[in-house]
Amino acid sequence: MTILHRLMGATAALALGAGAALADPALIFDLGGKFDKSFNESAHTGAQRWAEETGGEYNEVELQSDAQREQALRRFAENGNNPIVMAGFSFATPLAEVAADYPDTTFVIIDGVVEADNVRSVIFSEHEGSYLVGMLAAMASETGTVGFIGGMDIPLIRKFGCGYAQGVKAVNPDATVIANMTGTTPAAWNDPVRGSELTLAQIGQGADVVYAAAGGTGVGVLQTAADQDILSIGVDANQNYLHPGQVLTSMLKRVDVAVYNAFSAGAEEIETGIHVLGVGEDGVGYALDEFNADLITDEMRVSVDEAADAIANGELLIHDYTSDESCPAVDF
Amino acid sequence: MDFLTTLQVLDSSLRQATPLLIACLAGLFSERAGIFDIGLEGKMLVAAFLSAAVAAVTGSVWLGLLAGIGASLVFSAIHGLASITFRGNQLISGVALNFLAAGLTVVIAQSWFAQGGRTPQLMAGGRFEPIILPGALTSSSDIAQAGPLMQLYSELISGHGLPVYVALALVPLTWWALFRTRFGLRLRAVGEAPEAVDTAGISVVGLRFAAVVIAGVLCGIAGAYLATGLQAGFTKDMTAGRGYIALAALIFAKWRPWYALGACLLFGFLQAVAIRFQNIDLGVVEVPVQVMDALPYILTVVILAGFVGRAIPPRAGGEPYVKER
Repeated sequence: MTILHRLMGATAALALGAGAALADPALIFDLGGKFDKSFNESAHTGAQRWAEETGGEYNEVELQSDAQREQALRRFAENGNNPIVMAGFSFATPLAEVAADYPDTTFVIIDGVVEADNVRSVIFSEHEGSYLVGMLAAMASETGTVGFIGGMDIPLIRKFGCGYAQGVKAVNPDATVIANMTGTTPAAWNDPVRGSELTLAQIGQGADVVYAAAGGTGVGVLQTAADQDILSIGVDANQNYLHPGQVLTSMLKRVDVAVYNAFSAGAEEIETGIHVLGVGEDGVGYALDEFNADLITDEMRVSVDEAADAIANGELLIHDYTSDESCPAVDF
Repeated sequence: MDFLTTLQVLDSSLRQATPLLIACLAGLFSERAGIFDIGLEGKMLVAAFLSAAVAAVTGSVWLGLLAGIGASLVFSAIHGLASITFRGNQLISGVALNFLAAGLTVVIAQSWFAQGGRTPQLMAGGRFEPIILPGALTSSSDIAQAGPLMQLYSELISGHGLPVYVALALVPLTWWALFRTRFGLRLRAVGEAPEAVDTAGISVVGLRFAAVVIAGVLCGIAGAYLATGLQAGFTKDMTAGRGYIALAALIFAKWRPWYALGACLLFGFLQAVAIRFQNIDLGVVEVPVQVMDALPYILTVVILAGFVGRAIPPRAGGEPYVKER
């Protein structure tokens, strides 16, 4: 009997312990998985940084299928996790349904917009970061011709391409920007073979720096650029290490900053509404590390950093393709 | 369009046509024996995955190729078992294999390498390197300055991976095997009138399995070329519909090997033109890139509708053979 009592006591203590951890934040990764070397891994990095700095704990889950999105959201909300951060625009639809059922929980969606009182929608100014790497591309190019390879032809990707072309033209008004899209279906995100062919075609037209904003297709672009001994530019996460010395830089989208900020603000102070992370908020930028240190000269760095400051304090306005569906610098 | 640009487009056509051509010949063997094979896409995909995975682990492109062929053969065996032995619906079995491949490759890649459904990048020994024919130039600036014949030789003929040359050699080989050997005659007969083959005392099931196995080997080579020749690793869904275009090419070619070469080169050329020129300005109208992408399918529909000749599939295609009792 005494053993049973002890067991019951232990169970109760455990339950209480679990109760104490209730206000922990939670993070939901998208289908790519936690270690995808890109978007999700960046989210993971931000959460880890918060955990190391504050000693806090957080819950996380990797989804295995689309059907689990709503389930994971409800599970964490019922558990009392707060705030709940999710990485990926695909959460917009399930979150719109779930958010109203848990008014006391704050949700943070990255890359998507959900209109609700308890949701923070974080979106990035990809055109600003693309402008910066466009400047670098124009400065590194010897032929005066640079390329852009997008994934699926959607306004978001044109936003990348348009910002890039503006950056190129700002440095060298006579430069030629060749812009290609991989395709018009979701298969365009995962067609590295076509990415390779597009790269070869652009090289044939004189391009010596190619910027890939194309998901898995970009793997083929970076590979071919390295094989053909020209420079490439990665996207989202820092992809410089993929081909050391042959990736000029990467357009960084700081998902980790978005996660870190949300976790740091905590459940009480977190502001809801739409948050735009641009150059000024360190939300986008270009990557500089040991793998591309020899490619970026001091001169290049200074002029790009000047432009970044000008964008941050509003002196330099980069045209956003999605604002009026047109681009002054390049035809798609 | 200058001469060198034309050569570059043709060069790109040849690279794009190669996986189509090998897969198309795979479909040719299978369908000539009366087994429709929608599963070309799935077989290429598993082959691409396993070849890249094994090449990444062992560092040998040849072991990778073997593994890719092995994976494709397993899928072929499932297709054969379902549609020959158990007389199931061949189309459904093929579609099921495509779905299985799309899911299985990513799941295994994720649990094996934990890189978001990709395999690690292949190093030098794990890839089919370009074969530089004797005397050919390699750097693009040298080629630009060379004479037209040298440009033709260096740009178009030299510098492809081994599977490109193998694919081209497979066309006459297939023609010979199908139309000049006893095995080929029987194989074609089994797709037209299996009861006649059976009456002659030859195993219908055995011949059909042989055809499905050949298709498996060819799909394995096609998939391995995608992942270890054209690319340096596997990425999710990397076949991107090439299996279906190969099927379209097969219909376009009216189930004949030499026509298949023509059809695949044409489809490869259309893709290369779409990639190089995007929107084509014809002076009066501008042809958007989407039209070029859709052309292989449009042409196939035109052929099927009987506007340009007629495409008649093997008579017993799609029908499981049931021996009369």
